[in-house]
Parts: sequence; C-alpha cells; structure tokens
Amino acid sequence: MTESWGRYPQARHAAEVRLNWRAGLTLPVVGPMLPYGQGRSYGDSCLNDGGKLLRTAGLDRFISFDAESGSLRCEAGVTLGEILRLLVPRGFFVPVVPGTKHVSVGGAIANDIHGKNHHRAGSFGAHVRKLELLRSDGEAQELGPDDQLFQATVGGLGLTGLITWAEIALRRIPVAAVRMEAIPFAGMDEFLSLSEESDAEFEYTVAWVDVLSRLQRGVFFRGDHAAGAIHAPRGQAAVPLDVPAVNALTVRVFNAAYYAAQKLAGRSRLQHWDPFFFPLDGVAHWNRLYGRRGLLQFQCVVPTPEALRALLSEAPPSPLTVLKRFGPARSPGMLSFPRPGFTFALDLPNRGEETFAQLARLEALAMEAGGAIYPAKDARMSAETFARSFPRLGEFSAHLDPAFSSSFWRRVHR
Amino acid sequence: MLGATSAIAQAAARIWAERGEELLLVGRDPQKLEAVAADLRTRGGTVETVVHDLDRDQAGLVGRVGAPDVVLLAQGVFGDASRRDRDPEYAESILRTNLISPVRLLTLLAPALPPGSCIAALSSVAGDRGRARVGVYGASKAGLDSFLSALRQRLQGSGVRVLALKPGFVDTPMTASLPKTPLFASAAQVGRGIVRAVDMGRDAVVYLPWWWRLIMLAVKALPEGVFKRLKF
Repeated sequence: MTESWGRYPQARHAAEVRLNWRAGLTLPVVGPMLPYGQGRSYGDSCLNDGGKLLRTAGLDRFISFDAESGSLRCEAGVTLGEILRLLVPRGFFVPVVPGTKHVSVGGAIANDIHGKNHHRAGSFGAHVRKLELLRSDGEAQELGPDDQLFQATVGGLGLTGLITWAEIALRRIPVAAVRMEAIPFAGMDEFLSLSEESDAEFEYTVAWVDVLSRLQRGVFFRGDHAAGAIHAPRGQAAVPLDVPAVNALTVRVFNAAYYAAQKLAGRSRLQHWDPFFFPLDGVAHWNRLYGRRGLLQFQCVVPTPEALRALLSEAPPSPLTVLKRFGPARSPGMLSFPRPGFTFALDLPNRGEETFAQLARLEALAMEAGGAIYPAKDARMSAETFARSFPRLGEFSAHLDPAFSSSFWRRVHR
Repeated sequence: MLGATSAIAQAAARIWAERGEELLLVGRDPQKLEAVAADLRTRGGTVETVVHDLDRDQAGLVGRVGAPDVVLLAQGVFGDASRRDRDPEYAESILRTNLISPVRLLTLLAPALPPGSCIAALSSVAGDRGRARVGVYGASKAGLDSFLSALRQRLQGSGVRVLALKPGFVDTPMTASLPKTPLFASAAQVGRGIVRAVDMGRDAVVYLPWWWRLIMLAVKALPEGVFKRLKF
C-alpha cells in the first residue's frame, strides 16, 4: 500500500497512475488526482484517499545542465540524491537540501522545502527559475517566478497541477567535504547566542536538543563546504521490518548516548557531505522503528524566542527534536512555510489520543504566538490553524486545479 | 542500444553514459528517444540517435550502426494477456518484435562485429518454461534463447561474445499491470547487472538477479503432470 513517510494516516487510492514520459503525457479524465513523488511527506499531504495518485518516479530524466551558469533542467521525478550523485563530482551542490536526499524535485517545489542554510539561501523555491505545469484541462504552461501560478505552485502541495520539469540554479562548491563543528550547549540562551553568532559566519546551522534533560542540553551543528580529501561513507543499514523501538526509555538512552557521542567526536571535524546533510539516510526505512501505527511529526515556526521556550517546555520526549533559526528571506510561494523566526520539529510514535493531545498543546502554543504549522509534516492540524498559518490562502485557492485534491486539503479546507 | 527507450536499456545506458561512453540509441518514437538522449548527454555520454522501427528494414539499420563494441538488444513487448491468447495477428506481432526482428538484426550484425565485441540481448526467465500467464511472450523468449545459444556456439573463436540476459520480474512500464511482489527487481538493479556482466567478459546465460537461476531450475524440474496444474 502506498504510504506517507509517517505511515499515518493510511489511505486507499482508487488508482495509481505511473507516469513515464513527458511526451504524450495525458492526465486521467476523472479526478480527484494528486502527484506523488517519493512519499517523503510525513502526514497526508501526499495522499489522496479514495482518489488517484499520479506517480512521478518514472519521470526521472535530466534534460540539460549548463556548467557555466549551474543551471539544471530535469524532470520532476528526479531525486535530489540523484542530482547530488551526478553533480557533486563536477563541483555543484543543490542550493537547498532537506533532511533526506530521497525527495523528488517536484516534491521539493510543492512543499517549498528548507534546509540548514535557510538563513542564507531561503527556501528551495527561491532557486527555481522555471517550471512546466500540466493542468487537468490538458494545457501545459511554462512558468517563471513572476507568474502568479508559479507562486501558487511553489509550496502549493501539488494542488495546482502536475509539475513535469523544472529548472534549478545549482551552487558551486569546492569539494565534497563539509567542515563542521558540533558544539554542546545547555539551555535556550546558549542556543540563541550560538544561532546569532553562527548564522553570520556559517552556511549551515541546526541544533538538536534533548528535552528530557533538565538543562535542555543539546548540540549545535554548524558547517561550510570546505576543501579537503574525504571519502564517501560505505555501506548502509536498514530496518527490515516494523520494530516499535521508540519509547520513553529508549529515547532517554538514545538522547544521552547521542549527546555523549557528539561531545566525544570532537568539536571540529571534516565530514563527507552525505552524512552531514542526511544522517538519517544512513538507515533505510528508519520510520519502521516507530512501529506499525507510524509516527507523527510536528513542525512549526514561531516568531519569538519566548514562544520557542514555551514550546520546549511543553515538548514531549522525542529522539529527534530539532531547532533552527530561519532567516529573513521572503519565501516565493503563497503557501510557503518558511518565514522569519524559529522552527521547531519533533517526531513522536503514534500512541493515539495521548499523542494527539500533546500535539494539540504544541499547536495551540504555536497559534498563540502567531506561528505556522508545516503541512508536509502534518497529519492533524485543524482547518482554523491552517488558515491562520497561511494568510494568503484565499489568493492561493483561486489557482487550484479543479481536478486535483489531497487527503490533507480535504481535511484542512472548508 | 536497440530499443533504447526500454526502462532496462535506459538503466544500463545511464551507467555507460556516466562513464563517458559513446552511445547510439535506436528506437521508434522520436520524442521518447530525444528525452533519453538528453538525459544520457547530461550524465556525460556522447549520444547519437537513430529513429527506426526495429521491426522493419533491418538491413537499412545495420548499415547505419557501424561496428560497436557492445550491442544491447532491448526491444520487446509483453502484450495484453487476453488479446495475446485470442488474436493470432497480435500473437504474431509479439513474435515479430521479440524474436523475428532480433534474429534478423543479429544475423546481419554478427559478421560485422569486431573481435572483442559483445552482443547482450534481453531475454527473460519467461523463456525457460511456457506458462499460461505469459503465453506467446514466453515462446518468443524461448526462441530467442535458443537462437542466442546457437549464435554463441557459432561465434566461439571469433572473439565476439553473446550474452543472454534473463531478468525475472522487473518493475517497469512493461509490467505495470502486474501486482508487485517481493520478487520484483528495479530497472536500475537489472541495469547494473547488465553492465557488470558485460564488464566481466561473460559469454553465457545471465540471470538477473542471479537467484532466478535457482528458481527456474526448480520450475524446469517439475514434472509436466504437476506443472500443467499450477496457476502461477
């Protein structure tokens, strides 16, 4: 069964249409339909219960690359990992990468994803120069950043039509290494001053925090592309089946061990780009560690340090609690999530009502502070929260494709 | 690369392109062929295309191909099951694409190939024993296997190798209608297997992945009285 990364909620699709060629591409006559790339959204934004999925994994061809300008044109199903595998050896990097390289270009645009360099580079959509959108009326439109429909499509959750190809501006990097520093900290004040100091000097910053520790200790990671010889990591682990391994005890043990390991590894080291950007990709199917019922991820952005403190004091224990300060860059999409402030993310095993109540408290705190919740990570926010998170929702709705919809959209839009 | 728009051919071609090889792509659909060529060029290959229906004028095509180091023969149709079993014209068209055209092409090409070159032809485990589910498709691959075996013997000593590549279930547009089981391999996986077999200098029948050899040994060993009652 086709699932999202969080494996909650489950959906049954009336049909899954595999798209393989741009030439002669026709969409189903009857919707509702939704593009589905790699299924790395956590909740239901990539699901279309009762409807159809347009699977784009077969649209995985490069179209052209101009090494002068760094401009790459490729089909929407190409993954960021494939781009990196091909072009890092030629000295180029994807300008914005999320926590996994296994996402498609179409998905990166539709969710206007962000990365550890948001304070410098803004969101993924800011680096998209052109894209082609196929609407259900059969019309294919080539769009650029100045087009309204482009701005609706970036961050548009796949609801404005099917992206068939896109042109992205890649950035030049010296070599495949990252000079990274892992700095242990305790408490929010230290996190805030580290953010302040590091964002000015480093391309990539992010922090991991152990909410179980009384001092709210954590590790602040910062890095830059660097010169130096470094080998790609070998081998990959995988979780072969559902093992519900995440619980209060294992989180406590994991967090203590992770903190200690980072401290031991030393403050400054040279690392290959792959484990620096995508540590979790080292374990295939890690979502199975959350058991058959899946996991709920929560990510919000709040404008002030005070609101961030309030969230942390309410945060239930999670092995992956992550903080990052977003920069001032204006996101290009009408429904783009990144905006100035602090973003806070965590994963929780799905334990039903208890988990939903915990997340409702976090949601309420984010809303009180005038924040927003990230649709790509969400399986439960209310319609009211969605509307408050995205003030340009009305403007966006005018650009919806009438034959496109998703489980998420039907849940949050009335 | 004959039938260069096939998913398995593309997967192998990507590896060769990233090594900077020169590739000549032959296929019927100009738009699809151009999409594949653009992809392979971006990956680092030097690519030319020839739009040609492989079911026709094989002599004309062979004249344009020159003397490649490797010939990957990848054209093939699986066919619609219900039509395959009822429509003789349709059944014949499957035989033409999967068996007769490859026989014509390889008959013309083989004498032109230089020593050290390699013919790598995509067959299928379906050729190992006829099954109701695959019908004439299996027959076409059985015929191709037999032809390749004869060709391999004939070319011994000439320095030209003949690889019969036999994938099991592969997740491609050709098998879109089949329910996916854990036995399915990805096109990328099979593509890597093809390149490895060519690199290793093999001159034999190669199952992809390798464990299909064991499965097919067992399938072939079943007595006909048992086999004919099976539903797989």
